[in-house]
Amino acid sequence: MDLSLSTRTVGDRTVVEVGGEIDVYTAPKLREQLVELVNDGSYHLVVDMERVDFLDSTGLGVLVGGLKRVRAHEGSLRLVCNQERILKIFRITGLTKVFPIHTTVEEAVSATD
Amino acid sequence: MATVELRFSAQPEHVRTARLVAAAVARRAGVEEALLDEVRLAVGEACSRAVGLHRGNAVTAPVRVVLTDEEKVFSIEVGDEAPGGPAGPAGTGPAGDSDAAEDDMGLAVISGLVDDYEVTSGEAGGVIRMSWPVAGAPGLP
Repeated sequence: MDLSLSTRTVGDRTVVEVGGEIDVYTAPKLREQLVELVNDGSYHLVVDMERVDFLDSTGLGVLVGGLKRVRAHEGSLRLVCNQERILKIFRITGLTKVFPIHTTVEEAVSATD
Repeated sequence: MATVELRFSAQPEHVRTARLVAAAVARRAGVEEALLDEVRLAVGEACSRAVGLHRGNAVTAPVRVVLTDEEKVFSIEVGDEAPGGPAGPAGTGPAGDSDAAEDDMGLAVISGLVDDYEVTSGEAGGVIRMSWPVAGAPGLP
C-alpha cells in the first residue's frame, strides 16, 4: 500500500490526514507535504495517523523535521493516534515526550497547551 | 533448517517487499502472531539502513536478507556491503548529519524491539542479526 495524504483547515489548524505506510520509500512524500504547508504559512499542524498501517524510523525523522520547522515559526505539530502498534514506536524512541499525542482530531485542534 | 534468501538492489521501494517476505516466512515458521509486527518493523529498519549505507557509499551490490527457520528460533540476517558496516562511525560518510540521525533512530528502534540482536561489521560490510522465539518450540512455554 502506498501513502495517502489529504489536508483540510479547521480554524487556525491544518489537519493532515495520513493513510497507508510511512517508510523509507514513502516518507519523502510526507516530508514534501509538511515543508509545503510550512512554506505556505501553516504553522499549526495536526497529523492524523489513524489510518496509518505502518510507521518506521524514517517516518519518525520526517515528523521530527516537521516539528522543528513549525517551531521555528512558533507553531505546533500535534499527532492523533490510538493504534497501539504505532504508539509503541513513539514510546521506544522516547518521542512521546516530544510530540503531543491526542486520541481524536477534535481534541487536537482545540488543544492549546 | 529451512532458509529463504532475498537479494534486492538498494532501492527504497524494495524495502516493503523485504518486510512482506520476512513477515510471511516468520508466520510460516511459527513466530507468534503478536510478534509479526515487530519482525516487520525490525527487518524494515535493518533494510532501510542497509539501503542507506549502500547508496551513501555508492555500493552497487544488492542488500542481502537471510531468513532462517531453526528449531527453536526464527532468525533474520540483513547484510550490507558498505565498508565499515553497521557499527561504523555514523555521519562520516557522504550521507551527512540528518541521515546519520535517522540511521541512529533505526538502530534505536531495533534495540527497543528485539531482545536478541547483534550488529557486526567489517571491511567487506556489516550484518544485523535478529532472532525471535518460535511458538510451540520444544522447551518453550
